[in-house]
Amino acid sequence: MHELPQQLVNGLLLGSMYGLVAIGYTMVYGIVQLINFAHGEIFMLGGFGAITVYLYVLPDGTTLWVALPLMLVGGIIVAVLAAVGAERLAYRPLRTAPRLAPLITAIGLSLALQQAVWAWYPDAKESINFPQIDGGPFEIGNVTIQTGDIFLLVAAPISMAILAYFVMKTRTGRGMQATAQDPDTAKLMGINTDRIIVVAFALGAAFAAVGAVAYGLKYGQVQFRMGFILGLKAFTAAVLGGIGNIYGAMLGGVVLGLAEALSTAYIADIPGMEQFGSQSWANVWAFVLLILVLLLRPQGLLGERVADRA
Amino acid sequence: MRQRSLIAITAALAAGALTLTACGSRDEGGSSDTGSGTTVVIGVDAPLTGDLSAMGLGIKNSADLAAKTANKDKYVEGITFKIEALDDQAQPSSGQQNATTFVADKDVLGVVGPLNSSVAESMQKVFDDAGLVEVSPANTGPTLTQGADWQTKKVRTYKSYFRTATTDAVQGPYAAQYVYNDAKKKKVFVIDDKKTYGAGLAATFTDEFEKLGGEVVGTEHIDPETKDFSAVATKVKNSGADVVYYGGEYPQSGPLTKQLKAAGAKIPVVGGDGMKDDEYINLGGSASTGDLATSVGAPVEELTSAKDFVADYKAEGYKEPYSAYGGYSYDSTWAIIEAVKKIVEDNDGKLPDDARAQITAAMQNVSFDGVTGKVSFDEYGDTTNKQLTVYKVEGGEWKAVKSGTYTG
Repeated sequence: MHELPQQLVNGLLLGSMYGLVAIGYTMVYGIVQLINFAHGEIFMLGGFGAITVYLYVLPDGTTLWVALPLMLVGGIIVAVLAAVGAERLAYRPLRTAPRLAPLITAIGLSLALQQAVWAWYPDAKESINFPQIDGGPFEIGNVTIQTGDIFLLVAAPISMAILAYFVMKTRTGRGMQATAQDPDTAKLMGINTDRIIVVAFALGAAFAAVGAVAYGLKYGQVQFRMGFILGLKAFTAAVLGGIGNIYGAMLGGVVLGLAEALSTAYIADIPGMEQFGSQSWANVWAFVLLILVLLLRPQGLLGERVADRA
Repeated sequence: MRQRSLIAITAALAAGALTLTACGSRDEGGSSDTGSGTTVVIGVDAPLTGDLSAMGLGIKNSADLAAKTANKDKYVEGITFKIEALDDQAQPSSGQQNATTFVADKDVLGVVGPLNSSVAESMQKVFDDAGLVEVSPANTGPTLTQGADWQTKKVRTYKSYFRTATTDAVQGPYAAQYVYNDAKKKKVFVIDDKKTYGAGLAATFTDEFEKLGGEVVGTEHIDPETKDFSAVATKVKNSGADVVYYGGEYPQSGPLTKQLKAAGAKIPVVGGDGMKDDEYINLGGSASTGDLATSVGAPVEELTSAKDFVADYKAEGYKEPYSAYGGYSYDSTWAIIEAVKKIVEDNDGKLPDDARAQITAAMQNVSFDGVTGKVSFDEYGDTTNKQLTVYKVEGGEWKAVKSGTYTG
C-alpha cells in the first residue's frame, strides 16, 4: 500500500484536467440543454492556440516564465473564438430545432475541427512538442510531483474559484443562473439570454484552454486527436458530478481520475481479478462506477434538478 | 408521418447508393492500354494519417520510389508502374475497405502493406479470395503466415500473402537474449497494448526471457487511446524491475518512457520495430536515452545494397523520412515488379488475362538482391532473411549496437 499516496496524486492530477474540460460541458448543458460534443475539439484548439503563440509569435528562446502566460492567453483566445463561432454559426440557427439536430451538428463539428487542424496546421499530422518547464521532479515524502504538473495544481483551484465567484457574485453570473432555471422567464425579466448563452460557451472554452495548456505541459505534446478521448472522459465526469452543476463537474472529474488511477493500481491485487486490473481496464471500471452512481443518484453526485426538461 | 418520411429517405439513399455502385463498376474494364504500353497499378495500404503516419508515409514514398525506378530503367518492357496509396488509419475496418477497393480495381495487380498486423488480419481473406498478391513490409505477427497454432503446427493460411519483415517469433526472443545476456538485466516489467502486434511480441519475449532464467516482476496492459500512464509508471517504479519491455508502437511508448523516468523509474525501455522510429525520440525527449529497440534486418544505412536507395530517396525529395520500413517497402514493391516481369516475359511481352493468379504463383519463386539483402520467400510466405538488429537511443538518435540472427 506504500504507493497509495502517489496513486492518489496521479488520480487527482488527471481528474483536475478532466474537471477543467467538464466545466464547459456542464455549463452549456445547464443553459441550453445541448451536449456540446465539439467541446473536446475546443480543448484541442486551445492547445494549438498556445503552441502557435510559442512557435510562431514569440521569438525563439523566450523563457517559459514569460511565454507561459502569453501562451495561456493565446490558447484562451483561440478556444473562445472557436466556441463562440460554433455557437453563432452552428448552434444558434438550430436553437428551436428538435434536440437531436444540434447534437448531431456537434458531432459533425467535432470531426470537422479535428480534420481541419490535421489538414491545415503545419506538421499537425504528427504530435507537436510542447515546451517543458525545466527542473527535476519534486519529492514530498514518497510522492513525486512533476514540474509540468505544478501548473495544473495551481491552475485548477484558481480557475474553480474564479468561476464560482463569477457565477455567484456578478450580474452576468446571476443572469446565467436565471437562464438555466427558466430561459423564458429570464428573458421577461430583461436578461439578454442570447448573450448569456454566448458567455457560457466562452467561459467553458476558456477553462478548456487552461486544461489544454496543462495537458501540453504534463504530456509534452499536443496532437489533433487529443480532444476526442479526453472530451468523452470530461463529458463522463460532468454526468458523474451532476450535469448542469459546475462544482459537480470538478468533483466528477476528480472522482473519475481517482477511479482510473486506483483501479489500475489495485484491482489486479484482488485474488482472481488479475486479468481485469491493467490500465486498459481502467475505463471499464470508471464506467462501472458511473453506472453505480447513476443507479443510486440518477441526477449525479451533486445534481439537483430532478424534473429534467430534456 | 414520421415513418413515411423515413421510408422516403431510405429509398432515396438506396437509390443513391445504387447509382454510385453503377458509377464504380463502369471503369473496371481491365488494364488500361495507354499509348506506350500497359499501366500496372500497385496498391499501397498504410496509415497515412494519425499517430502512425510517420511510418506509413515512409512506406508509401518508398513504394513510389521503387515504381519510379522501374519506370525509369524500363525494367519491364512495355509496362508502366503506378502507385495508388490508400489510408487505413491503422484501423482493421478501414484496411478491409481499402482491400475491397483494390480488389475492385482490375488494374491493381499487387498490394504493398499494411503496417499493422491487426489490419493485415482483416485484409488477408479479401485479397486471397480475389487471388490478389499482398506483400507486407512490416507485419510481424507469426499467425499471419503460419496459422493460429504456429507454435505447434505450422499451416499456411493464405496463399496470396507474403512479407519481407521478420516475425515476432524471432524478434521477441532475440530481444530477450540481448536484454538477459548482453545488457545483463534480470528483472523485467512487461507492458503491452493488447493489439495483435504488441501482445504477440510481449508474449514471445516473456517466454524466452523466463527460459533464460529472468524474472517477470509485473505485467500491465495499457489502453492505446490514452496518453496518461502515470498510474502504470508508479507501479513499475515500485516493482523493483531493472528493465521494461514494451510490446507496441511509438505513439504510446514515447510518452510512456517519459512518464516512467519522470516517476523515478530510471530503467531502460526495450521494444520492437514498432518503436524504432525517430518520432519515439521526439516524443520521449531526453528520457528516451538508453532505451533499446529491435528491428528487422540489418541497419539500412550500413548495407552497401542500401546506399543507392538512401541516395535515390534523398534525390526524389520526399517530405517525410523513409522511416523504419522504407527499405522493406522498396523490396516489397520490387518483389511485385519482379513477379510482373516474370509473367510478362513468359507471355511474349504481354500481360496475361489471369495476371493476378499468375503473379501470386510467381511471387513464391521471386528472388533478387534488394535493399535489405536477399529477398525471397519460404513455404509460408515469410522472408528467408532472418537478420535482426538491436538499436539504442544515444545522443538523440537510434544507433545500431548489435546485429545477428536468432538461432533458438
